[in-house]
Amino acid sequence: MLAVGLGHYLTVSALLLVMGIFGIFLNRKNVIVILMSVELILLAVNLNLVAFSAALGDLAGQVLAMFVLTVAAAEAAIGLAIVVIYFRNRGSIEVEDVNMMKG
Amino acid sequence: MIAALAFYAFAAVLLASAAMVVSSRNPVHSVLFLILAFFNASALFVLAGAEFLAMTLVIVYVGAVAVLFLFVVMMLDINFVQLREGFQRYLPVGLAVVVVLLAELAMVLGGWKMAPEAMNLRFAPIAANTSNTVQLGKLIYTDYILIFQASGMILLVAMIGAIVLTLRDRGLTRKQNINAQTRRTPADTLVLVDARSGAGIGELGIYRPKAPESVAAAHDEHHDAHHGDHSSAGGHH
Amino acid sequence: MLYSIAVFAPLLGSAIAGLFGRAIGDRAAQAVTIFCMILASVCGVASFVSLVYGGGHAGSVHIATWIDSGDFHVAWALRYDTLSAVMVAMVTCVATLIHIYSVGYMSHDNSIARFFSYLSLFSFAMLMLVTADNLLQLFFGWEGVGLASYLLIGFWYHKPSACAAAIKAFLVNRVGDLGFALGIALVFVTFGSIEFSTIFASVAKHQADTYTLFGTWPAFEVIGILLFIGAMGKSAQLGLHVWLPDAMEGPTPVSALIHAATMVTAGVFLVARFSPVLEFAPGALGFITFMGASTALFAATVGCVQNDIKRIIAYSTCSQLGYMFVAAGVGAYQASVFHLLTHAFFKALLFLSAGSVIHAMSDEQDIRKMGGLARKIPLTATVMWIGSLALAGVPPFAGFYSKDAILEAAYAAHSAAGSYGFWCCLIAAFLTAFYSWRLLILTFHGKTRADHHSFEHAHESPPVMTVPLILLAVGAVVTGWAFHEQVLGEHWQHFWGAAIFNGPANHVLHAMEEVPHWVSLAPTVVGIVGIAVAYALYLGMPSVPAQLAQSFRPIYMFLLNKWYFDELYDAVIVRPLIALSRGLWQVGDATIIDGIPNGLASLTSGGAARASRLQTGSIAVYAFTMLIGLVVLVSVFLLFR
Repeated sequence: MLAVGLGHYLTVSALLLVMGIFGIFLNRKNVIVILMSVELILLAVNLNLVAFSAALGDLAGQVLAMFVLTVAAAEAAIGLAIVVIYFRNRGSIEVEDVNMMKG
Repeated sequence: MIAALAFYAFAAVLLASAAMVVSSRNPVHSVLFLILAFFNASALFVLAGAEFLAMTLVIVYVGAVAVLFLFVVMMLDINFVQLREGFQRYLPVGLAVVVVLLAELAMVLGGWKMAPEAMNLRFAPIAANTSNTVQLGKLIYTDYILIFQASGMILLVAMIGAIVLTLRDRGLTRKQNINAQTRRTPADTLVLVDARSGAGIGELGIYRPKAPESVAAAHDEHHDAHHGDHSSAGGHH
Repeated sequence: MLYSIAVFAPLLGSAIAGLFGRAIGDRAAQAVTIFCMILASVCGVASFVSLVYGGGHAGSVHIATWIDSGDFHVAWALRYDTLSAVMVAMVTCVATLIHIYSVGYMSHDNSIARFFSYLSLFSFAMLMLVTADNLLQLFFGWEGVGLASYLLIGFWYHKPSACAAAIKAFLVNRVGDLGFALGIALVFVTFGSIEFSTIFASVAKHQADTYTLFGTWPAFEVIGILLFIGAMGKSAQLGLHVWLPDAMEGPTPVSALIHAATMVTAGVFLVARFSPVLEFAPGALGFITFMGASTALFAATVGCVQNDIKRIIAYSTCSQLGYMFVAAGVGAYQASVFHLLTHAFFKALLFLSAGSVIHAMSDEQDIRKMGGLARKIPLTATVMWIGSLALAGVPPFAGFYSKDAILEAAYAAHSAAGSYGFWCCLIAAFLTAFYSWRLLILTFHGKTRADHHSFEHAHESPPVMTVPLILLAVGAVVTGWAFHEQVLGEHWQHFWGAAIFNGPANHVLHAMEEVPHWVSLAPTVVGIVGIAVAYALYLGMPSVPAQLAQSFRPIYMFLLNKWYFDELYDAVIVRPLIALSRGLWQVGDATIIDGIPNGLASLTSGGAARASRLQTGSIAVYAFTMLIGLVVLVSVFLLFR
């Protein structure tokens, strides 16, 4: 089914995942880029799901990928909304300024 | 062969643009590279035979999410130079985590194998002669209908939530206060003046209401919460 | 009915005086309590007479049910037999006289109502004790007496020595009470009941019962010894006597009440009451005799060198109680109770006249600072002479009959313990006479050693004090010969009924009549010798006693310090206990018990403060922590799967 081996897909998605996580650490101040990194991580997941779906010839993986897409879109929308009102209230989107959530 | 070359090309661009997303100095560039990454990912989806998902990815992510990001990045007045400060402070930690994670993933990738009975456990085998979209549609609207509905609800909640979060009523809109309207009596609003001919309204004590804009602005400054009584405030004729 | 009034009238008087004393005033409180006491004594004597001479029937007056739990039944009931009736009559009479006397003696005190309330409470508790129908009620009275004695000894609570004496009396009594309580428990275990009638009815059935702890013992012996330990505490027998001399810190009427009519006689009464059981516990009886004899001798020796007028009499009480236990120990319970009866009169008389002396001398108690008072206070001197004659056992005074009977009984017992008792008591009789006359001579005769001022102001007490003295003096004269024949004569069974039980092998009452002639004469003779010696030493050659004290200084100090019992207890019991308590308080309580919660609290708050610092509030840190945690989790999973 696949043009290349499943391993290739998995490698790509693994690298994508690692880059997303690296992005979170790297852009610790810019919450927008952090959200983008999260999108990358979810994309890596989707890539994995689709690759397995194709390798096994099972559509269930693609269905799940679609739901992941849905949730990711919702998450992006809410996240950006929070960024907007946060910026409106504090005049900044630095993650380090978000320090009032103390137990 | 061509498919394999295409895979490598798209994968390379995907990874490169992902790297640029996280490392770019300008967030606008990051968003643009994100769009590029999504395009390449959808190409990989197509290569894997998931055309519908690939198109969804393009439409939803490139068309909506990435543009949303772009809007936010460009519309918020953010000092991005300041955001770059301390860029490398957590680099060692991040690198350590990433290296460990990569090593672990390499271990997994090096040692995994498909379970022998995996092919027998397939839930919805892909038929050879039907298109991907048709099969997916049948599956979603039959077996996964409840989850599908639930994801719809999630999107609805996300939409409402985003609107509620970001909606800021500056009092610029004039809303209908039905209660005030129905309780209005002629005596409240109607004044009969015996106007002499040739006399000005200033002499007769008739005044004009202020412009609605200035009234609303005054209200907005002092008590933003009470913006429902504009009509009555402006209703002294 | 009369009987119940006799018991409960003092309680009523006490309650009125105690609860409303402030409202009704001192006079009214006195009047009420004395009226109640007179009523009680009239009823008490009447019920005694109707039982013994009027052909009344012994029994018990049921009042209420107290405890009804499983097999354990206890009722509030008054036992009505000769022993109880005699005690009730004696206690009410003597206590009434003491009440009246107190009106004069305490006239200058500030809390008269309180004093009379306590006195009546004391009388009530003692009446409850002697009329008890079961052991628990007896214990109630027993503890009531202890409580009242605590309150009365510490009546002048602003005096530290009085408070200390009160606490000492209470604590020493607790030691004895522990034995008593254990005895009650063992009685219940053995007989399945603590009601006297049930116990005594089933004595034969349980005669062979044993009790196993550190070996197997006959149950009756253990019961007897445990009950006697309780009696030792109350009746101030050797070892647990230390509270009695200190109890002199209370007002003199209290001393009279404690030493004559109530409290100390409780132990003797208990032994007499338990005669049906003790008759089958020869070991316990021997122990009782031995302890009684030792106490009689010990207290008499100490009494010889004391200088406080009340302490001398206190030690004589201790000694006389020893006599009573000797009699009880050899099986002559009748003689024991008889001596109790006569002793109550002459000892109350002695104490009250001592109080009169103290009153006359403006609260001086040291007999070395008295002398020649007979001319100043002749009436007091006379009645004190009568009391001393009775105490010394000179015929025909009351003490002669009872003491004589005890010595005869001890001799007639023909046992080792009996012989020991006999000789101890004989020596003690000599010493008793000696110290009594030492007291009399130093107080009333010879040249005065008092300072001029107080001697000149010495005056006879008012009638309210002297009339009870005269009445008691009459009692001290007549109770002996009036009751001797009935109590100990041929027809003693008619008098006692079933109140006291003598075992089938116990012929001591009969054997008493057949002792050699010299045994009957011995106490009188040694008593008169003792009197003569006292005369010779203190009136004839006043310098000799001081020389004797000089030359036998160790013995003198030994006696003066009461055989060093207080010092011994202080070193062996009190100090280690205080050290232990201090240790438990400072280490156990303050450090460990307080330390655990305090430490836990500070640990918690400190830990929480430290833990809350982990919550930086920074989203970035949270996110990083989450990711690092994820990596660690995956690592762990990979490494340890």
